[in-house]
Amino acid sequence: MNGVEGFMYPNEIALHWSVLIVLYPYITGLVAGAFILASLERIFRVEAVKPTYRLALLTALSFLLVAPLPLQLHLGHPERSPEMYFTPHSTSAMAMFGYVYLWYLMAVLVFEIWLDYRRDIVLFSQSTTGFKRLLYKAMTLGSSNISERALHIDERVGWIVTLVGIPSAFLLHGYVGFIFGSIKANPWWSSPLMPVVFIFSAMVSGIACVMVLYMAVTKLRGKTIDMRCVDTIAMYLFYTFIIDFSLEMLDLVHRIYEADESFRSLDFMVHSKLYFSQIVLQILLGTLVPLLLLGLNQVAKLPEITRKRTYLVAGCLTLIGIFAMRWNVVIGGQLFSKSFLGYTTYKIGLVTREGLLVSLTLSILPLGILWVLVKLLPPWNEAPAQTGAAGD
Amino acid sequence: MKFLKDAGHLFCFAGLFVLAFLIFLGIRGFVVPKSFGQYGHYRGNAIRDIAAHPIHFAGHQACEDCHTGVVDTKKNGKHAQVNCEACHGPLAKHAEDPGSVTPPKLDTAVLCIRCHAQTAAKPKNFPQISSDHSSGAPCETCHQPHSPAIDAGGAK
Amino acid sequence: MNLSRRQILVLLPAAAVAWKAVLAGTPEGSPNYTMSDHWWGMLIDIPKCIGCSNCVRACQAENDVPDGNFRTWVERYHVSDENMTNPEVISPDGGKEGFPEATEDAGKYFYVPKLCNHCVDSPCTQVCPVGATFVAPDGVVLVDQSYCLGCAYCVQACPYGCRYIHPEKKVADKCTLCYHRITKGLTTACCESCPTGARQLVDLKNPNDPIHEFLKTHSVQVLKPQMATGAKVFYNELDGAVR
Repeated sequence: MNGVEGFMYPNEIALHWSVLIVLYPYITGLVAGAFILASLERIFRVEAVKPTYRLALLTALSFLLVAPLPLQLHLGHPERSPEMYFTPHSTSAMAMFGYVYLWYLMAVLVFEIWLDYRRDIVLFSQSTTGFKRLLYKAMTLGSSNISERALHIDERVGWIVTLVGIPSAFLLHGYVGFIFGSIKANPWWSSPLMPVVFIFSAMVSGIACVMVLYMAVTKLRGKTIDMRCVDTIAMYLFYTFIIDFSLEMLDLVHRIYEADESFRSLDFMVHSKLYFSQIVLQILLGTLVPLLLLGLNQVAKLPEITRKRTYLVAGCLTLIGIFAMRWNVVIGGQLFSKSFLGYTTYKIGLVTREGLLVSLTLSILPLGILWVLVKLLPPWNEAPAQTGAAGD
Repeated sequence: MKFLKDAGHLFCFAGLFVLAFLIFLGIRGFVVPKSFGQYGHYRGNAIRDIAAHPIHFAGHQACEDCHTGVVDTKKNGKHAQVNCEACHGPLAKHAEDPGSVTPPKLDTAVLCIRCHAQTAAKPKNFPQISSDHSSGAPCETCHQPHSPAIDAGGAK
Repeated sequence: MNLSRRQILVLLPAAAVAWKAVLAGTPEGSPNYTMSDHWWGMLIDIPKCIGCSNCVRACQAENDVPDGNFRTWVERYHVSDENMTNPEVISPDGGKEGFPEATEDAGKYFYVPKLCNHCVDSPCTQVCPVGATFVAPDGVVLVDQSYCLGCAYCVQACPYGCRYIHPEKKVADKCTLCYHRITKGLTTACCESCPTGARQLVDLKNPNDPIHEFLKTHSVQVLKPQMATGAKVFYNELDGAVR
């Protein structure tokens, strides 16, 4: 049969969750990770990463706005998705999506960004003209109060929002891990470790993403990269990665040791169908090489240019590696038969609704949105002073 | 009062939330199907909708009401427990309006072989025939399908 | 709402009767059928199955099942003496056009028809985000196709592989135990067309149901009992090699 080796239950042959379902956890993972990096400065007072604070928040927002799109494109009836808001089924982890997403978008991210940028928004609403002026005026919600007291209140409230945002970020991405981890029918997915692994790999990808973006954007602006900032981010990336890697290894060792009824079938799958995406991309290039590069920088003080290059390479490899991890979980979980007697193939379309072209577009779209957001709400101190003079 | 002045924008933001929530509640009351929750967390009328699907197999009782002759032929033979539509296919339309819908004639070369083709996979005590069983002669030459045991002569 | 004692005394019994009717569940269109009187399941008698696949074709004809998808299908097992734990299993196109001739006489062969097990603790209804799939009060697991989003979470959650997404309707679909037939006193299409009586519908709440007696006097198993799904399709003489 086309692409089938061995025996599969007849309804299992075609995959039901496509690359779009790989993209969705990847995107929300970047959101959660970027937010955690921002909270490092706000809550844990790691002052060194302050240059990336606003950029991290805007990155999180750009990706969060795109997050529902792969889901909508995947649904058989996207026009019925509001049913998740009207009649959510309390035993379904997926039913949480609507509310968790909305909470995180409005009550955490948008609220925090608004509070942090409010002063700039009010100043812009007074200094710009035309459509932009209307836009900024709308964003002020009618208040032009940027007195010291008001800003202080903003800062305190923002601190609480960030604090609440940390468990919210874990919930936003952790529930996705639970969606997979709670399916007893699928031994590749079913594991209490799944939500934890998802959260830590999310943090790794989010931190790497902001680090790479910061370096790239700073270079594009023609400014100098704050090495103290980037060194600190790389350190956090390294240690988070160690935890993530340990969790994944724990899962692997546990599987091999217990060798339950599914082990033979899954082991064969990893060595054949998932060889490139799991062994080469996820483990070797996506985890071990970045760990090596980042670890090197922890034990030796390398010259600045070398550090920049290793961070860039490590960051990009990490982003690819975490995508591969999502791929291996979602696609891998559907490549083997629940009879443990066979395998199928994933045929990804090129220009179909759930195909390659759509996935690439959805991956690039957040960068486009980020570009617009950076123009609208510059993360750097270029907001006009009260008198209207530009600063830097 | 000064506090309210300095925190007024926060109340504005919160107010938007409350407004959105009220609009949501309004839409929800309008949109959720009325029978939802009747028996559980699902649309109660779905049961009625599913039960109303059209029927294609009449069921052997419907055939036996009219075709009493066949019933007599079958009841002592080996095919006594084989229901009519197992061979004759779905005939609910014929049962409803016998005159207007004529059941198609069956091709024994294809039909009988489905159950009786010899293979090592079938239970040993089940009657199976090899491909050279009748040297190409159709099954009904020797067997009456409604009572397949061989007497003298063949089927009508 | 201020009700006088008199009003309450009148309203209460009326409400109780109405509530009982709601709980009993008498779907319109099947006026003689009360849901709470029934608890449906099926018996599959493995020694009787000859792999003729009448059931697969009948189900497709009765329920307009699209090609390539299966509400029921038949698997053929070959367990050889050398490898009793790793059987050779085939189900060409769900067994719909029959099976290739088996020539090897060594080892054992048998056919296993499969369908939705209409689980009591069904994992598929547990994961539905909106309540589009559910266990009806008479034990049949159904899909509300006008409410389903087509997210395929239920398809992933079924341990038996009995669900699929309908290629045209884009919603989840599966065996309904011919609900439209059994609520009218008929049997399912697969049971109707089975020539050997290997498939038999059973009403577990009906003490006079002859299959009830069979279940009590024979050794029956369900598929994947370790999943604890409360499956209600019982197999007589199910071999341990069956996946």
